[in-house]
Amino acid sequence: MNIAVVIRQVPDLIEPLEVDAAGTALDLGSASFIVNESDDHALEQAILMKEAGGGTVTVVALDCGDVDNTLYAAAAKGADRIVKIALEGDPPSAQNAAVMLAEAVKPLGADLVLVGVQAHNELEGVLAPLLAAGLGLPYVGVIRGVKAGAEPGTISACKEFPGAVMARLTVKLPAVLGILGADQPPRYVPVSRIRAAMKSTQFEEQAAAAADVEPLVAVRRLAPPAPAARAEMLTGSEVEVAARIAAILAEKGLVK
Amino acid sequence: MITSESPKGVELLNQLSKSGDGKPPLGCMQCGLCAASCPLGEAMEFPPRKLILQAAAGNLEKLLQSPSLWMCVACYTCSHRCPRDIELTDGLWPALRDQAMQQGFQPPAELQETFENVFKYGNTLGKSPRQRMDWAKDLDVRVLDLSKEPRPVDVLWLVGCYPSYYPRNQVVARAFARILTELGVSWGVLGTKEKAIGECDRMFGEEGLFETLVEENRKLLDPQRFEKLVVLDPHAFRALQNFYPRFGAWYPVEHYTTFLAERLDQLKRLLVKPVETTVTYHDNCCVGRRCGCYDPPRSLLELIPGLKLVEMVRNRDNALCCGGGGGGMWLDAHIVAHGGHRLSDDRVRQAADTGATTLAVSCPYELSRFEDAAKVTGLEGRLVVRDIIELLAESMDLGERSNA
Repeated sequence: MNIAVVIRQVPDLIEPLEVDAAGTALDLGSASFIVNESDDHALEQAILMKEAGGGTVTVVALDCGDVDNTLYAAAAKGADRIVKIALEGDPPSAQNAAVMLAEAVKPLGADLVLVGVQAHNELEGVLAPLLAAGLGLPYVGVIRGVKAGAEPGTISACKEFPGAVMARLTVKLPAVLGILGADQPPRYVPVSRIRAAMKSTQFEEQAAAAADVEPLVAVRRLAPPAPAARAEMLTGSEVEVAARIAAILAEKGLVK
Repeated sequence: MITSESPKGVELLNQLSKSGDGKPPLGCMQCGLCAASCPLGEAMEFPPRKLILQAAAGNLEKLLQSPSLWMCVACYTCSHRCPRDIELTDGLWPALRDQAMQQGFQPPAELQETFENVFKYGNTLGKSPRQRMDWAKDLDVRVLDLSKEPRPVDVLWLVGCYPSYYPRNQVVARAFARILTELGVSWGVLGTKEKAIGECDRMFGEEGLFETLVEENRKLLDPQRFEKLVVLDPHAFRALQNFYPRFGAWYPVEHYTTFLAERLDQLKRLLVKPVETTVTYHDNCCVGRRCGCYDPPRSLLELIPGLKLVEMVRNRDNALCCGGGGGGMWLDAHIVAHGGHRLSDDRVRQAADTGATTLAVSCPYELSRFEDAAKVTGLEGRLVVRDIIELLAESMDLGERSNA
């Protein structure tokens, strides 16, 4: 089975995020980037499926947010091909990214396309189903593990519903899956292998397809949440504190 | 001698032994002193003696998959006591772990996260590199950032990950900055550019990560002009002294205990305030057992007026490890899950048995390990854990004034 995996970089939340001078977007110049967590799971799922049943794994990514290190790590984990899409200017919206990625994924003729089900910086729609629409393929999201199907040309995917209800779905290929979690956590690769991959991996670089979807959302103001009233610290003996807690719960109408 | 060796095992052990300091593992006579000395040996499927036996026999698969491969906390007791001088701690264990990872066996999850943090952020705690100087915020002495204002200094102080980021250790970093200033040495730090030295990564077999850190640290250190590097972390001392030179990176380096012990006369005049307490000192494994340096920390403690120093039964080269060495800091859950226990819990009981009310330490890991252990063992309130730097600063009357 030939699997395509879409990987995105997102701002790393260990750094304090800053709003740009216009006050409507993040200042990406001050941000550092890491791989989107559910995309990392999508890659792990693809590598696991390749190890179990053969085939190839092709990683497709937009060239933004220091993506190279993530792509070398993907090669070290076992990705066979890396397609990097050159960008000009700011990172595109999810709508435009879906157009660019669909154009890059189409010629690969993949049986299965895996992409993270979500990213924390998605403002204008979610990439995974937009990509499926762009490819004209069926989509199923919130997938927690995939294996080969009973019939040829199918896979068996585990989908999570609210309330810890799990469904086992048979999906006809080709299809796009939005991955929430792989069958096992993303593997650790020793840095020596990443360093070796840096020397041996050739990215297949290509220009981005034209994408000009009208912005669906206009941001009027972006600001960090302002702290509300400070917490009230309760002091005194256990009995006094307990009485005060009971009184507060009653005042708020939480207990009768 | 080992009699059941296989050609595969012999080749492996010969290859592995090139990375260590001591004699090749094939010289092992299977006396078992290592396994009997290992504080976690009872819980290991393959304690050091069996590790060598299995490796020599070429039974690698079983060995590399065993949880016991990830239970050594680099206390150096086996290496120190081995009558054949076989380098187990620095040689065989890291080499086998490297083999395990190269063959795709996954290290314990807690450790993976630490490796990733060091690779991504240059520190073990997974903190923003930009916040590396937060420890010095509002400090009442000047901290020269040599990465911004390079100039010749007596001492380039590598602050270290825990003292830079971890609140309990930041107190020690601030006190050390005041002591250096009070001593009149010219000193500076690398500011937000500083990176982990990587001892724990090397000891846990992440050779590639360690090599990356050596390269990055050389780029930072080589342009600087300094008389010596001073470190608070005994593990960084060990790595800079023994592992960096293997990559051609030689730096004069001192652990702070020896650096300060060379200035006893000057310090004595500055120790104005009595610290009335009974103290027992925990020898850290890297500066202690591995490097045989036991007297400098004790000479510092004995200099403090009012302070009474008592010894634990297990002291100097017989000291029990805190369990945090060589990456053990991030393996408590793994070790306990596989039948081991936290050595720091044993160690605080030994400290309390002396009647001391203060346990003095000289390693950044030990403060939080022993403070946690004191809580777990019910010794909280009876045994206080303090770095030697804190005791010196108190006697020099250099308190936390800037936050007052």
